[in-house]
Amino acid sequence: MDTIILQILNGLDKGSAYALIALGLTLIFGTLGVVNFAHGALFMIGAFCAVTMQKLLNLSFVQIDPTRKDFLGNPLKVQVPYVDSWFGHDIGAVLISWSVPLAILLAIPVMLAIGIAMERGLIKHFYKRPHADQILVTFGLAIVLQEIVKYFFGANPIQTAAPGVFSGSIDFGVLIGFAPNAITYPYWRMIYFLFSVAILGGVFAFLRFTTFGMVVRAGMNDRETVGLLGINIDRRFTIMFGIAATVAGMAGVMYAPILSPSFHMGMDFLVLSFVVVVVGGMGSLPGAVLAGFILGILQSFASMNQIKALIPGIDQVVIYLVAIIILLTRPRGLLGRSGVMED
Amino acid sequence: MSKIILTRRRLLQAGVAGGVVLAAPMHFIRGAYAAGYLNEPKGSTVKFGFNVPQTGPYAAEGKDELLAQQLAVEHLNGEGDGGMINTFSSKHLKGNGVLGKKVEFVTGDTQTKSDAARAAARSMIEKDGVVMINGGSSSGVAVAVQGLCQEAGIIFMAGLTHSNDTTGKDKKANGFRHFFDAYMSGAALGPVLAKAYGKDRRFYMLTSDYTWGWTQAASMQKFLEAEGWQLVKDVRTPVGAGDFSSYITPVAGSGADVLILNHYGGDMINSLSQSVQFGLRDKMANGKNFEIVVPLYSELMAEGAGDNIKGVYGSMNWNWQLDNPATKAFVKSFGTKYGHPPSNSAQTCYAQVLLYADAVERAGTFNPCGVVAALEDNTGSLEGIDSPANKGFLFEGLGNGKTLYRAADHQCFKDVLVMKGKEKPTSKYDNLEIVQTTPVAKVWYEPDNDMFKGGDLGICNSGA
Repeated sequence: MDTIILQILNGLDKGSAYALIALGLTLIFGTLGVVNFAHGALFMIGAFCAVTMQKLLNLSFVQIDPTRKDFLGNPLKVQVPYVDSWFGHDIGAVLISWSVPLAILLAIPVMLAIGIAMERGLIKHFYKRPHADQILVTFGLAIVLQEIVKYFFGANPIQTAAPGVFSGSIDFGVLIGFAPNAITYPYWRMIYFLFSVAILGGVFAFLRFTTFGMVVRAGMNDRETVGLLGINIDRRFTIMFGIAATVAGMAGVMYAPILSPSFHMGMDFLVLSFVVVVVGGMGSLPGAVLAGFILGILQSFASMNQIKALIPGIDQVVIYLVAIIILLTRPRGLLGRSGVMED
Repeated sequence: MSKIILTRRRLLQAGVAGGVVLAAPMHFIRGAYAAGYLNEPKGSTVKFGFNVPQTGPYAAEGKDELLAQQLAVEHLNGEGDGGMINTFSSKHLKGNGVLGKKVEFVTGDTQTKSDAARAAARSMIEKDGVVMINGGSSSGVAVAVQGLCQEAGIIFMAGLTHSNDTTGKDKKANGFRHFFDAYMSGAALGPVLAKAYGKDRRFYMLTSDYTWGWTQAASMQKFLEAEGWQLVKDVRTPVGAGDFSSYITPVAGSGADVLILNHYGGDMINSLSQSVQFGLRDKMANGKNFEIVVPLYSELMAEGAGDNIKGVYGSMNWNWQLDNPATKAFVKSFGTKYGHPPSNSAQTCYAQVLLYADAVERAGTFNPCGVVAALEDNTGSLEGIDSPANKGFLFEGLGNGKTLYRAADHQCFKDVLVMKGKEKPTSKYDNLEIVQTTPVAKVWYEPDNDMFKGGDLGICNSGA
C-alpha cells in the first residue's frame, strides 16, 4: 500500500510538469492554431532562469587569504559573494539559498518577453502555412535555443538546490495514519505539486472570470466574429502566447532543484507533453491537465519493480502504449471536441 | 535467359572497370608495403590523434583530457617544465620529440557516441595520417574505437574507460588501457565498505543499462557478497533517465540499508542528488544508518553533485592530492598552466601519451607491432604477486606508483584509491579525500577471470 501511495506521489509531481507544459501547448494551439515544438525549450529556458539567478547571487570578488594555501601552495584566493559583503554573511547566505524561488521574479518578465518576441518575430509569419511548416520552424527554433544555452552554460547539468529549509523530506505517511517513516517524500516535490496546482488554477480562473479571458475564449471559438465586433483579437492572442511561455518557464524554474538543468532537458519533456496533449484531446485545456496527471502516474506505476518483473521494459513504453489505445478507442482524445485539426 | 554477347566496346568497358576495381586497393597496398606500416611519418614531424568528447554530456571531462594531452605534447617537444617526464622511470624521452620528430596533434569529437567517435577516429587516421589515437570518456566509445584502430592498424591508447570488457572480452592487440576497471573498484571498495558499515548489510543497486553499468554491478555484487552482504535487488535504469524518483522510491521500503549507484556523469549527479532529496541518507533501516555508495567517482561529478557527496564512498584511478613526486610535478605543471588541479581522466590521458612515446623510443620505430612489443616487454613483473600472468612492462613515476602494463591483456595494474566525499571542503577542488590506497595485490586478477574471459587479443595489426 505504501509503495502505491509513493508512486502516486511520484506520478503527481511528474504529472505536474507534464500538465503545465501541455497546458501552454494547448493554449497556443487553441488560440493561434500553431503547433509549437519550441515549448520544451521554453521549459528549459525557465530552468536556466533559476541557474542564472543562482549565478547572479553567487557573483563574487576575490579576496586573498594569506593564512591558507591553495593546491599549488600559493596564498588561497577566496571567492566572496557580493551579496555577502553588501548585506552581511547571514542575509547573503539566505538570499543565495533562496535563489530558485527568487528566480521566479526573473523568469516572469524574461519568459513573457521571449514569448511575445517569438510570436511577433517568427511565429506570426506562419499562421497561414501548413502545420508541417509550423512544426519544422518551431523545432528548428528549439534547437537554436538549446545551442545558445549550451554556449553560455556548457554541456554539463548544473546543480541548482532548493532552499535549505526545504531540502529534506516530509513524513507524509504519519499525516494519513501510516507508521513513521513508511512514506517520506521530499518537501520540494510536494511544493512543486502545490505550485503547479496554483498556476493551473490561476490560468483557468483568468480565462473564466476576467473579461480578457472571456474575449480569448470567444476568440478560440470564433475568431472572425470576435474580430468583426471590433476587438483586436490578434493582440490578445499574442499576450496569451506570452502567458503560455511564462507558464512553461515557471514550470522549469521550480523543476530545477528536482532535475539539474541541462541544455537538452526540454526535448525530453516536449515529446511526452505532445503525447499528453494528444491523449487529452487537441485544444482541450482540462483534457491536457487531466492527461498530464494520468500519464505521470501511469509512468510511475510502470517503473515499479513488481510491474517491470511482469513486463520488462514497460516503464519506457507505457505512455506510448496508452496513447495508442486511447487514440484507437477515442480518436479525439479524452476530452477532445470534434472539428479540431480535422479540416 | 539472356545471352551474354561480348562486343569490342563491352569488353573494353569491362576491362577498364575491372582495372579500376583492382587498382584501387593496390594503390593502398603498394603504399603500405613501401612504408612497412600505416601512416609512417615521413619528414620531421609525427601526428597524434586525440579523440575526446568535445560536445555532449561529458564535454567538460573531454576538455580536461585535451588540456592534459596538449601539455604532454609540449613536454615531449621540450617545452615547459617537462612535467612527469622528469619523474618517469623509463629514461628514453629526451624532450626532443619522439624519435627526433616534433610531435603535432589533431583532435576529434567523440560526442560520447560510438558512431561519431568512430567517424572522428577514421577521419584522423585517413585524412590526417595519425600514428595513434588517445583519449575518450566512455566504455561504449572505447570499445568501438579500439575495434576500429585494430582493423585500421594503428595504436589505441584508451582514456577514461572503466568497463571490464575494454580489456576483457573486447580486448584487442592494438589497444592499451592505463585506467583501472570495475573489477578493481569492487575489489578495493568491498573491504572498506564492510569495515565502515559492518558485515551484515543488505544492498540495492541502480545500474546504468550498458556495458559499463553491467560490469560495474557484477563486480560490486561479487565483492560485497564476499563480505557477507546480501543483494536485495539490481535495477537497470536507462542512460539519461533524468528523473530517477520512480526508481528511488521503492528503495526505502525494500529492506535494503545501502544503495549502490552504478551511474556516471550527469546520471550520477541526478540520481545521487535525488536520493539525498528523498531523505535516504537521513533514514534508519534495519536499525542502521542508511548509506549511499558511488563506485566510480570523478572530480567533475563531485563538483556537480555539490554537498550531496559528503561522506559518500567511491573509487578513483588517481587523485591530485596523492603524495608522491610524480603527482606533485604533474599538478604543478598542469595547475600553473591552466589554473585548476588535473582530474583523474587528465592524468590517465597524459600518462598514456608518455607511455606511447616511450614505447616508440624503446622500439626505435612507430610501427604499431614494434610499439606493441615494447609495451608488452615481458621482462617486468610486480612484487608479491605469484602468477604466470605477472609480466609485462613495469614502470613508475607517472603518479600511480609501481605499475605493470600486463602483456596478457594490455591492462595496467596499480594501486587503487578509495575516496570519500569530504565533510568540510576548504575550496571547490577539495571535495574528495583519499581514504585508502589499496595495494595492487588486492585488486589483481588472472586474465581468464570469469568477468574477463571470452576475448582474444589477436595479433598486432600494422595496417600493412
